[in-house]
Amino acid sequence: MSYNVNEKGYYGEFGGAFIPEMLYPNVETLRQQYLTIMEEPSFKEEFDQLLKDYVGRPSPLYFANRLSKKYNTKIYIKREDLNHTGAHKVNNTIGQILMAKRLGKKRIIAETGAGQHGVATATVCALMGMDCIVYMGEIDIARQAPNVARMKMLGAKVRPALSGSKTLKDATNEAIRDWINNPVDTHYIIGSAIGPHPYPDMVTRFQSVISEEIKWQLKEKEGKENPDYVIACLGGGSNAAGAFYHYLHEENVGLIAVEAAGKGINTGESAATSVLGKEGIIHGCKTLLMQTPDGQITEPYSISAGLDYPGVGPMHAHLYKSGRGEFISITDDEAMAAGLELTKLEGIIPAIESSHAFAVFEQRKFNPDDIVVINLSGRGDKDLQNYIDYFKL
Amino acid sequence: MNRIHQKLQEDRKLLSIYFTAGYPNLNDTVPIIQELEKNGVDLIEIGLPFSDPLADGPTIQESSTAALKNGMTTEILFNQIKDIRKTVSIPLILMGYFNPVFQYGVEAFCKKCSEIGIDGLILPDLPLNVYQEDYKAIFEKYGLINVFLITPQTNDERIRQIDDASNGFIYMVSSASTTGAKTGFGEEQTNYFNRIESMNLKNPQVVGFGISNSDTFNQATKKAKGAIIGSAFIKHLTKNGTTKIDEFVNKIRI
Ligand SMILES: Cc1ncc(COP(=O)(O)O)c(C=O)c1O
Repeated sequence: MSYNVNEKGYYGEFGGAFIPEMLYPNVETLRQQYLTIMEEPSFKEEFDQLLKDYVGRPSPLYFANRLSKKYNTKIYIKREDLNHTGAHKVNNTIGQILMAKRLGKKRIIAETGAGQHGVATATVCALMGMDCIVYMGEIDIARQAPNVARMKMLGAKVRPALSGSKTLKDATNEAIRDWINNPVDTHYIIGSAIGPHPYPDMVTRFQSVISEEIKWQLKEKEGKENPDYVIACLGGGSNAAGAFYHYLHEENVGLIAVEAAGKGINTGESAATSVLGKEGIIHGCKTLLMQTPDGQITEPYSISAGLDYPGVGPMHAHLYKSGRGEFISITDDEAMAAGLELTKLEGIIPAIESSHAFAVFEQRKFNPDDIVVINLSGRGDKDLQNYIDYFKL
Repeated sequence: MNRIHQKLQEDRKLLSIYFTAGYPNLNDTVPIIQELEKNGVDLIEIGLPFSDPLADGPTIQESSTAALKNGMTTEILFNQIKDIRKTVSIPLILMGYFNPVFQYGVEAFCKKCSEIGIDGLILPDLPLNVYQEDYKAIFEKYGLINVFLITPQTNDERIRQIDDASNGFIYMVSSASTTGAKTGFGEEQTNYFNRIESMNLKNPQVVGFGISNSDTFNQATKKAKGAIIGSAFIKHLTKNGTTKIDEFVNKIRI
């Protein structure tokens, strides 16, 4: 079975481009050109150079000694938190801003949840001297204040999404509406492995640098490229897609995707899409999403803004449905405890999104000689206030 | 013959009105349809509200949110209009987003529409290629006309494809925008209207988005067969409820 996108834009039965005609010219141009552009030597060179000199790649693969002892297995942490701007999101925004330039676009729009993608987009726009507008749910603006300030300082306009749940889903709606209203000069930098084809595949390819590096780094450290497991948290699915990409067809590598259970799967306040979702259409693709029996998209909940999304990218829907991926959901409380534990044991404060991935060690046993790579998608600076409030520090 | 085809043959410019089902009150659907017909409207688009209406501006978004809060569902809408053909003969089109239709089951949805006497569907986020590969046969089996959109950015080749795939009318989105975003037409629209006219398409065109009064209606229908009013009518409903629909309609066609 293939886990890559096919020529029609589908992963198994998921994916496609369910977009209104107003978006067709832009999405179709992108579809026709993205692979050609990405394969141009000059594009590759510029992308690689920026990842190295500007983002600070390769990001380290760090053997977490004390965490490994505690859980009696071999844990390597992929340090995406050390990237410039503090998360994996910048891998994608660097790629997409170069794409936008080659497509002749002058104005950039983006949606953001935790603000990491917004900051990463505002950053590359500053770097390239392009106009930047970031849509962000009103609730997220309140809970991720440091990132809002950073975006503004970087010169972006932050526009609040006031509809629906006032979180990531609604920010995405507003960004899509902006694109409909500005079809000629604007490129939409989607921040996760979601949206109409070719976005999930394009974002995944830009993020695939994560697993590309894991392969040679693990070879250096362990003498083999393949771990037994790769763990990543799952919002829309971009960091997981990047961490899984080069292992998708290595069937002996277990792929563990960690969703946010919020206050608990059955509390009505959750974002665990694989458990609570059904096949449907959200933001231009067919995938699993949380919805009423009537097909209205429901409002998710997670303590982490970056995981507070009612769908998953189509690649992950396919990994779930085919059984290739193992899906685990983690509550707010479990994630917060795991975040604090990582801080105490390894001296690393993770983003709350990433904390969800670390909570897997309490949920699931690994063998002492298993090699487990966990993707630390972002750092916790933006969440400091949330940690302080939660633990009354 | 489908009521839409019949209507398109009439020798006059057509006025089409969109409203969101379940707004302002849950049970306003049937009275609104009856009033619109009584006052000489030619086509009605009944909006099936959706939680995430991507192609709509604030006015229709808010009406959809309110309709859902009022309790509107696909099933309730079908129940409200199940006997509609006993009282009205105006062509009726359901307009909505694809996910609610997909959840209902596309075939079950089409079957129900045909039983009720719905004449066509507009599903902006159901793309041409998916329609043709997966659903065209079902729509045709139940005698439903599927209406596609074009915009000023749609190139000639794509317009030809859409014209070939259509068998009723083409929904000409007047400008690159969400609904209700722009009012009035400028040079871009004139060029676009002229370009479409010169293409001699086999399907007539009905212009939508940005039409709010007799001025814009007349401009839009100079070349096109008809025009659709949405947001402006929703605003009327917000202000007046289901009263004074006659005044609203009469002011458009003067
Ligand atoms: C640090 C971090 N991790 C993970 C995510 C979730 O997104 P994705 O699933 O696309 O990686 C976000 C999103 O904002 C984030 O900021």
